[in-house]
Amino acid sequence: MERSYEKYFRQNRLPHLWCPGCGNGIAMKAIVQAIEKKGLSQDNTVIVSGIGCSSRASGYMDFDTLHTAHGRAIPFATGIKLANPDLNVVVITGDGDCTAIGGNHFIHGCRRNIDLTVVLFNNNIYGMTGGQASPMTPLGKKATTAPYGSVDRPFDACHLAEAAGATYVARSTAFHEKHLVDMIADGFDNKGFSFIEALVQCPTAYGRKNKMGSPANMMMWMRDNAVMKAAWDKLPEEKKTGEKFPIGCFYKAEAMDYDTAYDQVIERAGGAAK
Amino acid sequence: MKSEITIKMGRCKGCGICVAFCPKQVLALDELGKVQVANGDACIACGQCELRCPDYAIFVDKGAEA
Ligand SMILES: Cc1ncc(C[n+]2csc(CCOP(=O)(O)OP(=O)(O)O)c2C)c(N)n1
Ligand code: SF4
Ligand SMILES: [Mg+2]
Repeated sequence: MERSYEKYFRQNRLPHLWCPGCGNGIAMKAIVQAIEKKGLSQDNTVIVSGIGCSSRASGYMDFDTLHTAHGRAIPFATGIKLANPDLNVVVITGDGDCTAIGGNHFIHGCRRNIDLTVVLFNNNIYGMTGGQASPMTPLGKKATTAPYGSVDRPFDACHLAEAAGATYVARSTAFHEKHLVDMIADGFDNKGFSFIEALVQCPTAYGRKNKMGSPANMMMWMRDNAVMKAAWDKLPEEKKTGEKFPIGCFYKAEAMDYDTAYDQVIERAGGAAK
Repeated sequence: MKSEITIKMGRCKGCGICVAFCPKQVLALDELGKVQVANGDACIACGQCELRCPDYAIFVDKGAEA
Protein backbone atom coordinates (compact mmCIF):
# COMPACT_ATOMS: atom_id res chain seq x y z
CA MET A 1 0.00 0.00 0.00
CA GLU A 2 1.30 3.44 -0.93
CA ARG A 3 2.52 5.30 2.17
CA SER A 4 0.63 8.46 3.07
CA TYR A 5 3.85 10.52 3.39
CA GLU A 6 4.59 9.99 -0.32
CA LYS A 7 2.22 12.84 -1.12
CA TYR A 8 4.75 15.25 0.39
CA PHE A 9 7.41 14.29 -2.15
CA ARG A 10 7.78 15.53 -5.71
CA GLN A 11 7.49 12.07 -7.20
CA ASN A 12 9.05 13.05 -10.52
CA ARG A 13 12.21 14.14 -8.65
CA LEU A 14 12.82 10.80 -6.96
CA PRO A 15 15.10 8.92 -6.56
CA HIS A 16 17.05 11.66 -4.81
CA LEU A 17 20.68 12.36 -5.67
CA TRP A 18 22.17 11.41 -2.30
CA CYS A 19 24.79 8.67 -2.22
CA PRO A 20 23.81 5.07 -1.47
CA GLY A 21 23.23 4.82 2.28
CA CYS A 22 23.32 8.58 2.95
CA GLY A 23 21.25 9.46 6.02
CA ASN A 24 19.78 12.61 4.49
CA GLY A 25 16.90 10.59 3.00
CA ILE A 26 15.92 9.34 6.45
CA ALA A 27 15.96 12.85 7.93
CA MET A 28 13.89 14.18 5.02
CA LYS A 29 11.30 11.46 5.57
CA ALA A 30 11.22 12.29 9.28
CA ILE A 31 10.40 15.92 8.46
CA VAL A 32 7.44 15.03 6.23
CA GLN A 33 6.20 12.51 8.77
CA ALA A 34 6.33 15.21 11.45
CA ILE A 35 4.45 17.56 9.11
CA GLU A 36 1.84 14.85 8.60
CA LYS A 37 1.65 14.10 12.32
CA LYS A 38 0.96 17.75 13.11
CA GLY A 39 -1.42 18.12 10.17
CA LEU A 40 0.43 21.09 8.66
CA SER A 41 -0.99 21.82 5.23
CA GLN A 42 1.13 21.66 2.11
CA ASP A 43 -0.17 25.05 1.01
CA ASN A 44 0.67 26.75 4.27
CA THR A 45 4.13 25.31 4.83
CA VAL A 46 7.33 26.61 3.28
CA ILE A 47 10.62 24.71 3.18
CA VAL A 48 13.78 26.82 3.01
CA SER A 49 17.26 25.39 2.65
CA GLY A 50 20.80 26.67 2.20
CA ILE A 51 23.53 24.94 0.20
CA GLY A 52 25.00 21.48 0.68
CA CYS A 53 23.96 17.87 0.14
CA SER A 54 21.49 18.27 3.01
CA SER A 55 20.03 21.44 1.55
CA ARG A 56 19.10 19.59 -1.63
CA ALA A 57 16.16 18.18 0.35
CA SER A 58 13.94 21.17 -0.46
CA GLY A 59 13.96 20.16 -4.14
CA TYR A 60 12.24 16.86 -3.38
CA MET A 61 9.54 18.21 -1.09
CA ASP A 62 6.15 19.16 -2.49
CA PHE A 63 5.60 22.48 -0.74
CA ASP A 64 6.54 26.03 -1.62
CA THR A 65 10.30 25.64 -1.39
CA LEU A 66 13.35 27.88 -1.54
CA HIS A 67 16.86 26.58 -2.16
CA THR A 68 18.82 29.66 -1.21
CA ALA A 69 22.48 30.67 -0.76
CA HIS A 70 25.12 29.00 1.39
CA GLY A 71 24.48 29.80 5.06
CA ARG A 72 21.57 32.11 4.28
CA ALA A 73 18.51 29.92 4.73
CA ILE A 74 17.59 31.53 8.05
CA PRO A 75 17.60 35.11 6.65
CA PHE A 76 15.36 34.03 3.74
CA ALA A 77 13.09 32.19 6.17
CA THR A 78 12.96 35.26 8.41
CA GLY A 79 11.75 37.36 5.50
CA ILE A 80 9.05 34.84 4.61
CA LYS A 81 7.88 34.58 8.21
CA LEU A 82 7.69 38.34 8.69
CA ALA A 83 5.91 38.87 5.38
CA ASN A 84 3.32 36.22 6.23
CA PRO A 85 3.38 35.09 9.86
CA ASP A 86 0.61 32.55 9.18
CA LEU A 87 3.02 30.29 7.30
CA ASN A 88 4.82 27.38 8.90
CA VAL A 89 8.43 27.92 7.92
CA VAL A 90 10.84 25.00 8.07
CA VAL A 91 14.56 25.42 7.49
CA ILE A 92 16.79 22.56 6.35
CA THR A 93 20.50 23.16 6.78
CA GLY A 94 23.83 21.35 7.17
CA ASP A 95 26.51 21.54 9.83
CA GLY A 96 28.66 23.67 7.56
CA ASP A 97 25.76 25.72 6.25
CA CYS A 98 24.39 26.44 9.73
CA THR A 99 27.46 26.76 11.95
CA ALA A 100 30.26 27.91 9.61
CA ILE A 101 29.23 30.39 6.91
CA GLY A 102 25.74 30.73 8.40
CA GLY A 103 26.82 30.85 12.04
CA ASN A 104 25.87 34.46 12.62
CA HIS A 105 22.48 34.08 11.00
CA PHE A 106 21.90 31.05 13.18
CA ILE A 107 22.71 32.68 16.52
CA HIS A 108 20.78 35.82 15.69
CA GLY A 109 17.78 33.80 14.53
CA CYS A 110 17.89 32.11 17.94
CA ARG A 111 18.39 35.43 19.72
CA ARG A 112 15.35 36.97 18.07
CA ASN A 113 13.31 33.84 18.74
CA ILE A 114 11.88 33.87 15.23
CA ASP A 115 9.11 31.30 14.86
CA LEU A 116 10.99 28.88 12.59
CA THR A 117 11.69 25.17 12.83
CA VAL A 118 15.31 24.59 11.87
CA VAL A 119 16.45 21.03 11.20
CA LEU A 120 20.22 20.66 10.94
CA PHE A 121 21.34 17.52 9.08
CA ASN A 122 24.61 16.94 10.89
CA ASN A 123 26.97 14.64 9.01
CA ASN A 124 30.01 16.15 10.75
CA ILE A 125 31.58 17.29 7.47
CA TYR A 126 31.19 19.30 4.28
CA GLY A 127 29.73 16.47 2.21
CA MET A 128 28.98 18.28 -1.02
CA THR A 129 32.40 19.79 -1.58
CA GLY A 130 34.34 16.62 -0.89
CA GLY A 131 34.80 16.19 2.84
CA GLN A 132 36.38 19.29 4.35
CA ALA A 133 36.16 19.65 8.13
CA SER A 134 33.22 21.65 9.47
CA PRO A 135 32.81 23.37 12.84
CA MET A 136 30.99 20.18 13.90
CA THR A 137 33.72 17.70 12.95
CA PRO A 138 34.58 16.03 16.25
CA LEU A 139 38.02 16.52 17.75
CA GLY A 140 40.52 14.10 16.27
CA LYS A 141 38.28 13.00 13.37
CA LYS A 142 39.63 13.11 9.86
CA ALA A 143 38.58 15.24 6.93
CA THR A 144 40.32 16.20 3.68
CA THR A 145 41.39 19.41 5.43
CA ALA A 146 42.30 17.56 8.63
CA PRO A 147 44.35 14.60 7.43
CA TYR A 148 45.84 14.03 10.89
CA GLY A 149 42.55 14.55 12.68
CA SER A 150 40.80 17.80 13.50
CA VAL A 151 42.54 19.96 16.11
CA ASP A 152 39.64 22.44 16.22
CA ARG A 153 37.22 21.97 19.09
CA PRO A 154 33.74 21.40 17.64
CA PHE A 155 30.55 23.32 18.30
CA ASP A 156 27.76 21.53 20.11
CA ALA A 157 25.01 23.14 18.02
CA CYS A 158 22.38 22.34 20.66
CA HIS A 159 24.34 24.18 23.35
CA LEU A 160 24.92 27.01 20.92
CA ALA A 161 21.21 27.30 20.09
CA GLU A 162 20.20 27.29 23.74
CA ALA A 163 22.81 29.85 24.74
CA ALA A 164 21.82 32.09 21.83
CA GLY A 165 18.14 32.12 22.80
CA ALA A 166 16.32 29.33 20.95
CA THR A 167 13.20 28.24 22.81
CA TYR A 168 13.14 24.57 21.74
CA VAL A 169 16.31 22.51 21.34
CA ALA A 170 16.51 18.79 20.57
CA ARG A 171 18.71 16.15 18.97
CA SER A 172 18.10 12.77 17.41
CA THR A 173 19.69 10.53 14.80
CA ALA A 174 18.92 8.76 11.54
CA PHE A 175 18.92 5.47 13.47
CA HIS A 176 16.22 6.75 15.86
CA GLU A 177 13.81 7.59 13.04
CA LYS A 178 10.58 7.59 15.07
CA HIS A 179 12.19 9.61 17.84
CA LEU A 180 13.46 12.07 15.25
CA VAL A 181 9.90 12.49 13.93
CA ASP A 182 8.72 13.24 17.48
CA MET A 183 11.52 15.75 18.12
CA ILE A 184 10.65 17.64 14.92
CA ALA A 185 6.90 17.46 15.57
CA ASP A 186 7.40 18.89 19.08
CA GLY A 187 9.44 21.66 17.49
CA PHE A 188 6.43 22.59 15.33
CA ASP A 189 4.41 23.06 18.53
CA ASN A 190 6.77 25.73 19.85
CA LYS A 191 5.96 29.29 18.85
CA GLY A 192 9.50 30.56 18.59
CA PHE A 193 12.86 29.36 17.32
CA SER A 194 12.93 25.57 17.35
CA PHE A 195 16.19 23.79 16.64
CA ILE A 196 16.54 20.07 15.96
CA GLU A 197 19.90 18.50 15.23
CA ALA A 198 19.54 15.27 13.22
CA LEU A 199 22.73 13.24 13.18
CA VAL A 200 22.99 11.59 9.74
CA GLN A 201 25.56 9.28 8.24
CA CYS A 202 27.69 10.43 5.32
CA PRO A 203 29.32 7.19 4.26
CA THR A 204 31.05 8.79 1.27
CA ALA A 205 33.02 11.60 2.90
CA TYR A 206 32.98 11.37 6.70
CA GLY A 207 32.52 7.61 7.01
CA ARG A 208 35.20 6.71 4.51
CA LYS A 209 37.74 9.16 5.95
CA ASN A 210 37.16 7.83 9.43
CA LYS A 211 36.91 4.13 8.52
CA MET A 212 33.42 3.79 9.94
CA GLY A 213 32.40 0.94 7.64
CA SER A 214 29.15 0.52 5.73
CA PRO A 215 26.16 2.87 6.00
CA ALA A 216 24.52 0.23 8.22
CA ASN A 217 27.60 0.20 10.46
CA MET A 218 27.40 3.96 10.79
CA MET A 219 23.78 3.64 11.91
CA MET A 220 24.74 0.93 14.40
CA TRP A 221 27.31 3.37 15.77
CA MET A 222 24.44 5.81 16.39
CA ARG A 223 22.41 3.07 18.07
CA ASP A 224 25.34 2.16 20.32
CA ASN A 225 26.46 5.67 21.26
CA ALA A 226 23.32 7.78 21.53
CA VAL A 227 21.89 7.90 25.05
CA MET A 228 18.37 9.18 25.80
CA LYS A 229 18.51 12.37 27.82
CA ALA A 230 16.81 10.90 30.90
CA ALA A 231 19.46 8.16 31.09
CA TRP A 232 22.26 10.57 30.18
CA ASP A 233 21.34 12.90 33.06
CA LYS A 234 21.71 10.01 35.51
CA LEU A 235 25.09 8.93 34.16
CA PRO A 236 28.03 9.83 36.38
CA GLU A 237 30.50 12.15 34.62
CA GLU A 238 33.15 9.42 34.37
CA LYS A 239 30.70 7.27 32.36
CA LYS A 240 30.07 10.01 29.77
CA THR A 241 33.15 8.81 27.96
CA GLY A 242 34.24 7.71 24.53
CA GLU A 243 31.89 8.76 21.80
CA LYS A 244 28.67 8.65 23.82
CA PHE A 245 26.32 11.58 23.33
CA PRO A 246 22.82 12.52 24.49
CA ILE A 247 19.67 12.70 22.37
CA GLY A 248 16.22 14.04 23.23
CA CYS A 249 14.74 17.42 24.02
CA PHE A 250 17.36 19.44 25.91
CA TYR A 251 15.65 22.75 26.38
CA LYS A 252 12.26 24.43 26.24
CA ALA A 253 11.44 27.98 27.26
CA GLU A 254 8.61 30.45 27.08
CA ALA A 255 9.57 33.71 25.44
CA MET A 256 7.93 36.18 23.11
CA ASP A 257 8.51 35.26 19.47
CA TYR A 258 9.57 37.79 16.89
CA ASP A 259 6.22 38.01 15.06
CA THR A 260 4.48 38.95 18.30
CA ALA A 261 7.20 41.43 19.21
CA TYR A 262 6.98 42.98 15.76
CA ASP A 263 3.19 43.22 15.94
CA GLN A 264 3.65 45.26 19.08
CA VAL A 265 5.98 47.60 17.25
CA ILE A 266 3.37 48.01 14.52
CA GLU A 267 0.75 48.78 17.17
CA ARG A 268 3.01 51.35 18.84
CA ALA A 269 3.64 52.97 15.49
CA GLY A 270 -0.08 53.45 14.97
CA GLY A 271 -1.05 50.13 13.36
CA ALA A 272 -0.67 48.82 9.85
CA ALA A 273 -3.08 49.26 7.00
CA LYS A 274 -4.55 45.76 6.74
CA MET B 1 1.39 -15.12 3.34
CA LYS B 2 2.58 -13.53 6.55
CA SER B 3 3.81 -10.38 4.91
CA GLU B 4 3.94 -8.54 1.62
CA ILE B 5 7.19 -6.90 0.60
CA THR B 6 6.99 -4.20 -2.08
CA ILE B 7 10.17 -2.95 -3.72
CA LYS B 8 10.40 0.19 -5.84
CA MET B 9 13.42 -0.97 -7.79
CA GLY B 10 13.94 2.39 -9.47
CA ARG B 11 14.68 3.91 -6.08
CA CYS B 12 17.02 1.25 -4.70
CA LYS B 13 20.70 2.21 -4.66
CA GLY B 14 21.92 -1.00 -3.04
CA CYS B 15 23.27 0.60 0.13
CA GLY B 16 22.65 -2.63 2.07
CA ILE B 17 21.03 -0.99 5.10
CA CYS B 18 17.87 -3.13 4.84
CA VAL B 19 19.92 -6.30 4.37
CA ALA B 20 22.00 -5.53 7.48
CA PHE B 21 19.07 -4.63 9.74
CA CYS B 22 16.71 -7.47 8.76
CA PRO B 23 16.69 -9.78 11.79
CA LYS B 24 15.67 -12.81 9.69
CA GLN B 25 18.04 -12.58 6.69
CA VAL B 26 15.10 -12.16 4.34
CA LEU B 27 16.88 -9.71 2.04
CA ALA B 28 20.01 -9.85 -0.09
CA LEU B 29 21.62 -7.83 -2.85
CA ASP B 30 21.34 -9.33 -6.33
CA GLU B 31 24.13 -9.48 -8.92
CA LEU B 32 23.39 -5.90 -9.95
CA GLY B 33 23.72 -4.81 -6.32
CA LYS B 34 20.00 -4.09 -5.77
CA VAL B 35 17.80 -5.49 -3.07
CA GLN B 36 15.99 -8.77 -3.63
CA VAL B 37 13.81 -10.96 -1.45
CA ALA B 38 15.90 -14.06 -0.85
CA ASN B 39 13.78 -15.75 1.79
CA GLY B 40 10.32 -14.20 1.89
CA ASP B 41 8.80 -16.89 4.08
CA ALA B 42 11.08 -15.92 6.95
CA CYS B 43 9.75 -12.31 7.01
CA ILE B 44 8.04 -11.39 10.26
CA ALA B 45 6.87 -7.99 8.96
CA CYS B 46 8.87 -6.12 11.60
CA GLY B 47 9.37 -3.24 9.16
CA GLN B 48 13.04 -2.61 10.00
CA CYS B 49 13.93 -2.46 6.30
CA GLU B 50 11.22 0.07 5.52
CA LEU B 51 11.99 2.16 8.61
CA ARG B 52 15.68 2.49 7.77
CA CYS B 53 15.67 2.68 3.97
CA PRO B 54 16.99 6.15 3.07
CA ASP B 55 15.53 5.85 -0.43
CA TYR B 56 11.92 4.80 0.31
CA ALA B 57 12.49 1.76 -1.89
CA ILE B 58 11.10 -1.03 0.29
CA PHE B 59 7.76 -1.40 2.07
CA VAL B 60 6.35 -4.18 4.20
CA ASP B 61 2.71 -4.83 4.94
CA LYS B 62 1.26 -7.55 7.07
CA GLY B 63 -0.29 -10.00 4.62
CA ALA B 64 -3.71 -11.60 4.85
CA GLU B 65 -3.09 -14.68 6.98
CA ALA B 66 -4.27 -17.62 4.88
C1 LIG C 1 29.29 31.37 -0.60
C2 LIG C 1 29.68 29.96 -0.81
N1 LIG C 1 30.82 29.49 -0.28
C3 LIG C 1 31.18 28.22 -0.46
C4 LIG C 1 30.40 27.37 -1.17
C5 LIG C 1 30.85 25.95 -1.39
N2 LIG C 1 30.08 25.01 -0.61
C6 LIG C 1 29.01 24.34 -1.11
S1 LIG C 1 28.33 23.25 -0.03
C7 LIG C 1 29.51 23.65 1.15
C8 LIG C 1 29.55 22.97 2.48
C9 LIG C 1 28.35 22.19 2.82
O1 LIG C 1 28.51 21.56 4.06
P1 LIG C 1 27.26 21.27 4.93
O2 LIG C 1 26.48 22.49 5.18
O3 LIG C 1 27.73 20.52 6.13
O4 LIG C 1 26.35 20.36 3.99
P2 LIG C 1 26.51 18.82 3.55
O5 LIG C 1 26.93 18.84 2.13
O6 LIG C 1 27.50 18.17 4.45
O7 LIG C 1 25.13 18.27 3.75
C10 LIG C 1 30.38 24.62 0.69
C11 LIG C 1 31.51 25.15 1.45
C12 LIG C 1 29.20 27.89 -1.71
N3 LIG C 1 28.36 27.10 -2.40
N4 LIG C 1 28.87 29.17 -1.52
S1 SF4 D 1 28.60 13.10 0.10
FE1 SF4 D 1 27.86 12.37 2.07
S2 SF4 D 1 26.23 13.82 2.64
FE2 SF4 D 1 26.59 14.08 0.45
S3 SF4 D 1 25.08 12.73 -0.54
FE3 SF4 D 1 27.00 11.57 -0.32
S4 SF4 D 1 26.77 10.46 1.62
FE4 SF4 D 1 25.23 12.11 1.60
MG1 LIG E 1 27.62 18.52 6.52
